[in-house]
Amino acid sequence: MIFGYPLLSVVIWLPIIFGLLVLATGNDRNAQLARVIALVGAILSFLVTLPLYTGFDRMTSAMQFVVFEDWITRFNIHYHLGVDGISVLFVLLNSFFTPLVVIAGWKVIEKRVAQYMAAFLIMSGLVNGVFASLDAMLFYVFWEAMLIPMFIIIGVWGGPNRVYAALKFFLYTLLGSLLMLVALLYLYRQSGGSFEILDFHRMAMPSLSAQILVFFAFFMAFSVKVPMFPVHTWLPDAHVEAPTGGSVVLAAIMLKVGAYGFIRFSMPIAPDASHYLAPVMIALSLIAVVYIGLVALTQADMKKLVAYSSISHMGFVTLGFFIFNAYGMEGALLQMISHGFVAGALFLCIGVLYDRVHSRQIVDYGGVANKMPVFAAFFMLFAMANSGLPGTSGFVGEFMVIMGAVKANFWYAFAAASTLIFGAAYTLWMYKRVIFGAVTNDHVAHLHDIGTREKIVFVVLAASVLAMGLYPLPFADIMHASVNDLLVHLATPKVLN
Amino acid sequence: MNLLASLSPIYAEIFLLVMVSVILIADLFMVNRTKTLTYLMVQFSLLGCSLITVATHTDGIAHLFNHMFVDDMMSDVLKLLTYLSVSMMLVYSRSYLMARGLFTGEFMALALFSTLGMMVMISASNFLTLYLGLELLALSLYAMVALQRDSATSTEAAMKYFILGAMASGFLLYGMSMVYGATGSLDINRISQVIQHGVPNKTLLVFGLVFIVSGLAFKLGAVPFHMWVPDVYHGAPTAMTMFIGSAPKLAAFAFVMRILVESMQPLMLHWSGMLMILAVLSMAVGNITAIAQTNIKRMFAYSTIAHMGFLLVGVMSGTIEGYGSAMFYAVVYVLMSLGGFGMIMLLSREGFEADKISDFKGLNQRSPWLAFMMLLLMFSMAGVPPTVGFYAKFSVLNAAIQTGHITLVIMAVMFSLVGAFYYLRIVKLMYFDAPESHEKIYIQPDSSLLISINGLAVLALGILPGTLMTVCAVSVQQSLLH
Repeated sequence: MIFGYPLLSVVIWLPIIFGLLVLATGNDRNAQLARVIALVGAILSFLVTLPLYTGFDRMTSAMQFVVFEDWITRFNIHYHLGVDGISVLFVLLNSFFTPLVVIAGWKVIEKRVAQYMAAFLIMSGLVNGVFASLDAMLFYVFWEAMLIPMFIIIGVWGGPNRVYAALKFFLYTLLGSLLMLVALLYLYRQSGGSFEILDFHRMAMPSLSAQILVFFAFFMAFSVKVPMFPVHTWLPDAHVEAPTGGSVVLAAIMLKVGAYGFIRFSMPIAPDASHYLAPVMIALSLIAVVYIGLVALTQADMKKLVAYSSISHMGFVTLGFFIFNAYGMEGALLQMISHGFVAGALFLCIGVLYDRVHSRQIVDYGGVANKMPVFAAFFMLFAMANSGLPGTSGFVGEFMVIMGAVKANFWYAFAAASTLIFGAAYTLWMYKRVIFGAVTNDHVAHLHDIGTREKIVFVVLAASVLAMGLYPLPFADIMHASVNDLLVHLATPKVLN
Repeated sequence: MNLLASLSPIYAEIFLLVMVSVILIADLFMVNRTKTLTYLMVQFSLLGCSLITVATHTDGIAHLFNHMFVDDMMSDVLKLLTYLSVSMMLVYSRSYLMARGLFTGEFMALALFSTLGMMVMISASNFLTLYLGLELLALSLYAMVALQRDSATSTEAAMKYFILGAMASGFLLYGMSMVYGATGSLDINRISQVIQHGVPNKTLLVFGLVFIVSGLAFKLGAVPFHMWVPDVYHGAPTAMTMFIGSAPKLAAFAFVMRILVESMQPLMLHWSGMLMILAVLSMAVGNITAIAQTNIKRMFAYSTIAHMGFLLVGVMSGTIEGYGSAMFYAVVYVLMSLGGFGMIMLLSREGFEADKISDFKGLNQRSPWLAFMMLLLMFSMAGVPPTVGFYAKFSVLNAAIQTGHITLVIMAVMFSLVGAFYYLRIVKLMYFDAPESHEKIYIQPDSSLLISINGLAVLALGILPGTLMTVCAVSVQQSLLH
């Protein structure tokens, strides 16, 4: 309880309320006020999530901080919130990123500041809602609602081709969501009138074909969000056109929502279908890891490169899920967190360069280290983390997933491990071309190093990346109970032979 | 029981009829151009009707005039919503019509007459009463569309509307006569009983049903009987379009309920299949054709067709759940449609119709608040949570899934994905594009307040949809259990 309200409700609604407050400051005459309110709101919203970590009981896999209220009694839909060891980390990650995004957009966003800041705050609350919902309809409402602010963010503050990217983003995700809605309605019917996610987990689904159909419908929704090969094509477009803050949230948070969906819905609801289709899922994941890794190598646009690298890293996550062992599962979850930090940081780095030069093309840079040594150092750390260097957060998850994959099948691990080479290749090659060498042009010659505001953001992120790389236990520790429980659940067939 | 007390279920209708007559005559003696007094009297009549409807509400079902007229919970709820939507329509359209010299006594009298027609339709318990109400509504609407005498498009629209409407009425009457021939009755409850016990000539009955369903599809604007909808929506003055596109849909829903569900429930197997075809075609044609429109009124026309398809999905399910969801859909649709057309009228000025889609360009820069309201309305029409439009689709789809129509539901969601595109395009124009004109938007305080309430209601009902859903479901349930 906090301020007399249940903690999770505060976590969801506080940023939304602050978002509305920011919106109320009106037009750009009050831009500074909007920024300040947004920052205060974002920091407060992060602080209120901390008790979720400190007060979390690591011994149990049950849902904690549960809120249960009637919502739509007619359809037996409840306002049911709760977090377990899996979702709590993502609530924290999401709230952690909101202040950073607000700070990152502090100076850069000059038009319609209030709307920009409000969109991020509202989205932050909605994403918390997605991770905390235990009622499928509540989940669905948050899930869809978070599209609206993102659509606006890409479309209003994005690059030249923003309209195309925004519409593609929205329609792509809506397609998947609508099929998920059909699946939810079907499950509602099968479960005898309940939308509780946990009831869906427990309920019998004796027919494999029904499970496969349900799995497929969820797959459409979640694979688009992850995004998995071959429905990944919206992501590079969206990333390239989105403003820096939008890219950060997309990479750090939105992609996680899709992966989270797999472990909250697809796998526990249709465990037999998950086992049955695991080879397909693993194949798609490995294609993402290897093929998209190669695609990333050829990119000339830095944002596109990081976008493809995200798809490749998320391939690791889905691979970790579908090899059904503790290493894979926990590795995948850690990879999700780590990728949040690293991809978010990389997009912020690119944003720093873009704000100064207004180009994302690698060829427009060269020798940046001469002019921006501090920045180059931070960028180096994040690039290393992206290529999975031991000691950074990127290593932990990848290593665990590869270990898990070895247990399942040597060749899975072999293919997955190739990312250590490709990842290093595309990241470091980009880094080399942008940062090292002689100063190549006037734009770079006029660069000035990052200021305090940017330093704060990078220091926080660098600390997180290193902390998680050197001592991942606090992250792993919290999820053990829930992951073990999930694996046991997945090992119990629902199909009766 | 004395006569006056026994008439209590029909007090509202009597009151409205008296008021229209008074207004019609009183208006002759009012010379001022703004017609404020007439307008206030009209609003007063609607308010009075609501009070009477609430006051005379009973929990049971009351029949009147030898089962010609019924008063149940469904009729009360639908009537209240009808008054509300007519009243909202008048507020929205006042300054628009005044600028065009159409805000006349005749207009308001016609609006009230059509309201009376809708009330009769909603409370009909006999095919004749149904038809009577329908024609009173339709004739008033024809005249309203033609009210702008010097506009060729309006006249053309009125002509089309009249000819096709008359044809549809013909279909209906023909169908009704066949049903009468087969069952020997025009009384809705009686017909249902006769059919249940088996009629000698089933072919005749089903044949009649086909004509009735066609007539209904005409009135609802379901494909393939939709040809009049875009032309009429486009040609009529926006205020009349709004009127056609709002309250009459509630009456049409009642019409479907009375004629198909209450009287011909035993034939559900037959009409359910017909409605399914109409629904799929409407969703397909409506959503796909809407994409190609450049005129927003035409776009809304096709979107209406698609929405009617969704409504029919609910009815087609053939369960109480389904009818309740269809009623909820109709109510939500009316709310969104009022807001959408209201916005077009707010942006229009004297001598300028904001009926091009491009007129919405850059609205966020000209008026962020109006743009936000329109955003809510568009997302609601597209069925994106947390707006109420989502729950309308949700409950309809749920009803269809519960009766096992999974393929239909998948088709419906796919077409609503197509539909999302053109609603998003409006949002895109408002938020992502630069405005074409920077002219200041001047709106009356009353319509400005109303559009805010309307937009926020779409959001608020989206966050807490439970009550309205329950009211719809319970009222349908109550009127079917006799």
